[in-house]
Amino acid sequence: MSEVKKIATRESYGNALAEIGEEYKNLVVLDADLAAATKTGVFKKAFPDRHIDCGIAECNMMGIAAGLAATGKIPFASSFAMFAAGRAFEQVRNSIGYPKLNVKIGATHAGISVGEDGASHQCNEDVALMRTIPGMIVMNPADDIEAKAAVRAAMEHQGPVYIRFGRLAVPVINDNPDYKFEIGKGVVLRDGKDVTMITSGLPVSECLAAADKLAGDGIDAKVINIHTIKPLDSELVIEAAKETGKVVTVEEHSVIGGLGSAVCDVLSENYPAKVLKIGINDVFGESGPAVELVKKFGLDAESIYKRVKGFC
Amino acid sequence: MNTVELKRTANDIRKGIINAVYHAKCGHPGGSLSSADIFTYLFFEEMNIDPKNPKKEDRDRFVLSKGHVAPGYYSTLANRGFFPTEDLETLRKLGSYLQGHPDMKHIPGVDMSSGSLGQGISAAVGMALSAKLSKDDYRVYTLLGDGEIQEGQVWEASMFAGHRKLDNLVVIVDNNGLQIDGAIADVCNPYPIVDKFKAFNFHVIEADAHDFESLKAAFDEAKKTKGMPSAIIAKSTKGKGVSFMENQASWHGAAPNAEQYAVAMADLEKAGEV
Repeated sequence: MSEVKKIATRESYGNALAEIGEEYKNLVVLDADLAAATKTGVFKKAFPDRHIDCGIAECNMMGIAAGLAATGKIPFASSFAMFAAGRAFEQVRNSIGYPKLNVKIGATHAGISVGEDGASHQCNEDVALMRTIPGMIVMNPADDIEAKAAVRAAMEHQGPVYIRFGRLAVPVINDNPDYKFEIGKGVVLRDGKDVTMITSGLPVSECLAAADKLAGDGIDAKVINIHTIKPLDSELVIEAAKETGKVVTVEEHSVIGGLGSAVCDVLSENYPAKVLKIGINDVFGESGPAVELVKKFGLDAESIYKRVKGFC
Repeated sequence: MNTVELKRTANDIRKGIINAVYHAKCGHPGGSLSSADIFTYLFFEEMNIDPKNPKKEDRDRFVLSKGHVAPGYYSTLANRGFFPTEDLETLRKLGSYLQGHPDMKHIPGVDMSSGSLGQGISAAVGMALSAKLSKDDYRVYTLLGDGEIQEGQVWEASMFAGHRKLDNLVVIVDNNGLQIDGAIADVCNPYPIVDKFKAFNFHVIEADAHDFESLKAAFDEAKKTKGMPSAIIAKSTKGKGVSFMENQASWHGAAPNAEQYAVAMADLEKAGEV
């Protein structure tokens, strides 16, 4: 078997912007002194006049994005998730969300897989924050293909969008000719009747591997990739709960307020089911190699397999 | 308009402010009154705008960074013909489009929602940058409070505007010297304001916020300034025009009762006889 291709979704972000830059002349990319890390540098090289470095001032960057959007440009404001969603939360809420301005927020370095930079930079709260803003679309693509599709979909959507990207290279899993991306539509990656794993972002490929292992133990797991956390594909989630009874959510985010909470919100009102939430358990991260952190915080295939098995 | 007409217009705007806040039973009259002449000059003399076509593409943009003085902004827009002056009495009421702070989604003539201090200037900077990027000629004006400049974001935005040489941007500071908790110099001193904006690479102009000749000279100078943004530090009197509100921090965010309303309107009636 050939080596699986791995690409960090932050790379996909920069590449996607550069790819669509020619087509959309009103696309403007903003960064806050992190163009080398958020990978918007690729766009800067191709379209230097439409890449605006705002310096280390994320709150102001969000306001500038609002002003650009209010005058017909389509800005992609880029920074690490910690600063885009965390530091600038109120600017995103009041200057972008409230007036429903057409701003796209590209948030890289989300979650524990930031690695060595440690807890100060490992944002496990951004989905919780962003999904409380009325009208905000929240996406968390799982691989290169989905990340690029998400950027294009965000560009074509009228209104504010938050897209969460990772620093760590992740396997390309959507490399098939029939691949289609639609905002708000979950994707069933594997069918199963015993339990449903609902996941997004980095853990998606880990869940697929965990499902293979569970099959060896006679547990037939369904795997749903929810690339759009808001609006959530409620229909698909309810249908899956009806089919398999048990539901497991897996996210590289706090178990408070993220995908797991969003799924529970839907199920508690529509089809109460037992849900196991796998994620960051209300703790801060720490420094270390990303792959080891993913294991330590229980988001690798083996850890997921064990917890799902214990749940079934 | 000549100076007498501008004064009469400003006086009508002040009446609208008092009327709106009185009927709302809350709101921010002090800073609205100190800004009234600046609003008048901007919307009746300076800016390229059309009340019949509030969204026309080449219009000059205005962002009220000190969003709490919405009564002053709304009264100006109403008197300029963007919506009926009678609607001012619906300010802050349930179902009214005249929200407590500016709402661009629902109010004709409002180019940006604002209210959280320090944020409006960033949006204005974004608009000025936008015009530069697409080589449009419109100019962008934003009005800040002198207490508001305690917000760090104001200086992030100013640094960027200076760096990008946004000479299509005019930042106006309504320097009435008072904020909710007292004198700005006592609460957390932002002076020297002129030197601060100079240090952030602005062309700084000092003006009398209640003298239309002074305001005209300031805005004309800003228009002539190339290669850097302009800041107009406009010395004003909080509560200007209403005897018992002048220079009183307590009138920052309070509504007059019926008796006070009568006195205020009488003050403005008298002032209108110019």
